[in-house]
Amino acid sequence: MAEYRALEYDVLVVGAGGAGLRAAIEASAAGVSVGIVCKSLLGKAHTVMAEGGIAAALANVDERDDWRVHFADTMRGGQYLNHPRMAEIHAKEAPARVRELEAWGALFDRTEDGRILQRHFGGHRYPRLAHVGDRTGLEMIRTLQDHGIHRGISVHMECTLLKLLLDGERVVGAFGYDRERGRFLVFKSKAVVLATGGIGRAYKITSNSWEYTGDGHALAYEAGADLIDMEFVQFHPTGMVWPPSVAGILVTEGVRGEGGVLRNSEGRRFMFDEVPETYRSQTADTEEEGWRYTQGDKDARRPPELLTRDHVARCIVREIKEGRGSPHRGVYLDISWIRKKLPGAEEHIQRKLPSMVRQFQELAGIDITREPMEVGPTTHYMMGGVRVDPESQMSTVPGLFAAGECAAGLHGANRLGGNSLSDLLVFGQRAGVYAAAFAKDNSLGSIDEREVESAAARALVPFENARRARSDGEGSYAIQRELQETMQDLAGIVRSGAEMEQALARIPSLRERSDRVAVSGNREYNPGWHTALDLRNLLTVAEAITRAGLERTESRGAHYREDRPGKDEALGRCNIVVRRATNGEMLVRREPVPAMGAELSAIIQEMK
Amino acid sequence: MTSRRTFRIWRGDARGGRLESYQTEVSEGMVVLDALLAIQAESANDLALRWNCKAGRCGSCSAEVNGEPRLLCMTRLSDLPAEPPAVVEPLRAFPLIKDLAADVSWNFEAKKRIEEFRPRPPDAEDGTWRMAQADVDRVQEFRKCIECFLCQDVCHVLREHEKHAEFIGPRLLVHVAALEMHPLDVADRVEALQQAHGIGYCNVTKCCTRVCPEHITITDNAIIPLKERVIDRFYDPLKMLLRVFGR
Repeated sequence: MAEYRALEYDVLVVGAGGAGLRAAIEASAAGVSVGIVCKSLLGKAHTVMAEGGIAAALANVDERDDWRVHFADTMRGGQYLNHPRMAEIHAKEAPARVRELEAWGALFDRTEDGRILQRHFGGHRYPRLAHVGDRTGLEMIRTLQDHGIHRGISVHMECTLLKLLLDGERVVGAFGYDRERGRFLVFKSKAVVLATGGIGRAYKITSNSWEYTGDGHALAYEAGADLIDMEFVQFHPTGMVWPPSVAGILVTEGVRGEGGVLRNSEGRRFMFDEVPETYRSQTADTEEEGWRYTQGDKDARRPPELLTRDHVARCIVREIKEGRGSPHRGVYLDISWIRKKLPGAEEHIQRKLPSMVRQFQELAGIDITREPMEVGPTTHYMMGGVRVDPESQMSTVPGLFAAGECAAGLHGANRLGGNSLSDLLVFGQRAGVYAAAFAKDNSLGSIDEREVESAAARALVPFENARRARSDGEGSYAIQRELQETMQDLAGIVRSGAEMEQALARIPSLRERSDRVAVSGNREYNPGWHTALDLRNLLTVAEAITRAGLERTESRGAHYREDRPGKDEALGRCNIVVRRATNGEMLVRREPVPAMGAELSAIIQEMK
Repeated sequence: MTSRRTFRIWRGDARGGRLESYQTEVSEGMVVLDALLAIQAESANDLALRWNCKAGRCGSCSAEVNGEPRLLCMTRLSDLPAEPPAVVEPLRAFPLIKDLAADVSWNFEAKKRIEEFRPRPPDAEDGTWRMAQADVDRVQEFRKCIECFLCQDVCHVLREHEKHAEFIGPRLLVHVAALEMHPLDVADRVEALQQAHGIGYCNVTKCCTRVCPEHITITDNAIIPLKERVIDRFYDPLKMLLRVFGR
């Protein structure tokens, strides 16, 4: 029998970023017992890296803004593959969630009359992002953390879950381990909220940390839940490209929101060269008009640098491919040019973008107030994830909820900047409410000890392999590296059917090799072992991305296929759903996008 | 341009350990964390260390490099002498878990003892507040803190005298300062500062300020003003007299 520590909560929250903390706070407020598990220390989740701000139609800066405009912007950005009800709820509830953060101690930058200031961001018609310089994510996670620690929530730091435990159809707990000693843990709970974030570690160049191995995606999939929109991986247009060791680290869109421009090696503002039809009427015709927009001129239209991330990333790739890139295979992002326009520009940049100034100063030796940055696309965000009910955030598996990046539906084919922090708050809160309600309506299920036993045995395979000294057992890092290179090269920003087939063909052998991984050392704080266990999730996610990408035989949003560059009208009305068959095979099918009511349709028409 | 470089890394756990030498290929622009992750992937798969953002934003990769508390992700190899090899050790003010991972959980527990944010009633009918940017700016310095705990590591009250039970340390004093100087907060933590939080233990040597990767002026801007509040409340002779006559 495997030894384990048994724990029991009404609601178990997996992940302690914005969505997990917000869900835990809400569930706890409903009077149920709540436990959180997180892979890192509290307050270190990727939310902390969010820089730009929280999108919410507060209308503090431009009174023309309201939830309807935010809704329409989100749908347009997502190419209408979004779940319309989720986009509606999100736009309606985001302002209250932001104000609530202020009541919990968050301090946002202010307008002249003392209200929350809002900034411009890509794809948002009006200045909409509540922010604190360029460290909004830190402000948000610290506010939630400091509020949360007084709510009687039990936090299990540095623990990783490996399996959801089922009682029939329903999720009744989870199996995992603590990093410190490698001891097994069995959580019994009436409801589980997945808030595990993204999948960035499936790619070589990413803004994500070691944690983002698609754990929630894979746990839900293994438990029988539907995943949707897995083909849509967001490549943020601006990551650092030099020095090599920092490649992929994020450069906030806020740089462009404050007037930063993209130029190629010829000095040309190449973003003016191609403006998608759906955004033509909202985009500036001249550089002068674009500048006036960033400075708050309400009659001006936004510069093309603030088009959606998928489009900007592809334009950058085009410039590099056609030989007009910068020396380190990027393009130039220049904010220092505003010195020509603005007295005291250097202080302004320092005040608005302090983290960026420091990041480039300390890691690249570049003074961004005086010279341009070199940037290129980096794997940033997963639009796809667990399919959830828009009201309750419950997945297709009873008792299993998901919120934040690991859930899907809000963003469709492409997420707008700023909509992730608001997503975490709005749907984290909802997941907390409904998970607590579910917990109140249901008793604890029974844990199948055989499931625990098999999960424990599976977790120890890498040590078994080492003990048996199998000559073919290799380390986990090499396999992870190979998977990352495969996905980067064959299922990245620009895709093709043939390349995705190649990627898919490599996955079974990578999986076999991962089953033979042998790890050195013991179970105590052993990253080699942890990496081996995370690999399984990464492989599941990589397979889902590739299969969904093959099924979507068109280009839309973040999914761009050079062999199918156009849009397919029929596919434009479908989501791709991925599900595990009883024989373990990955099934992929198309399903119609949920229908929109008359009111929402009218809004879309009106805002076109 | 690459070259091979040696690092001396602490290996061991609470029972004991030693520095071991590892080599890896290094290239231009690399930071210590890059070298350690390469060593972990190549020759020390079970090397325990923490990291997340790789951009000085999350405060996970705190350790001691050549005896200095540093963020591994923001310490460039070009800023360290190649010889003798850089020595990388865990934070020493906390119990060791393994290798470079120290048990910093005390910081999270101690924070719970600080009274939480309590705002004044909303200023506007819609339940919102009005604040001037200047008032917000005053506390932003403290709110920049990434909780790397380097200041806790270097503080001799914790590191040498192990007063963890009586003193919350510079990080958490910065947290109290952020709350006390928050434009909306109305809670009173002055008595707790003097009693439970042990602010008197700090004798303003400014070691914490020197190591803060966020360049927070911990001693001058956070701790000294808090000390002044405590002195004003409990030790000001004039006020004590006024209190007597005021009765």
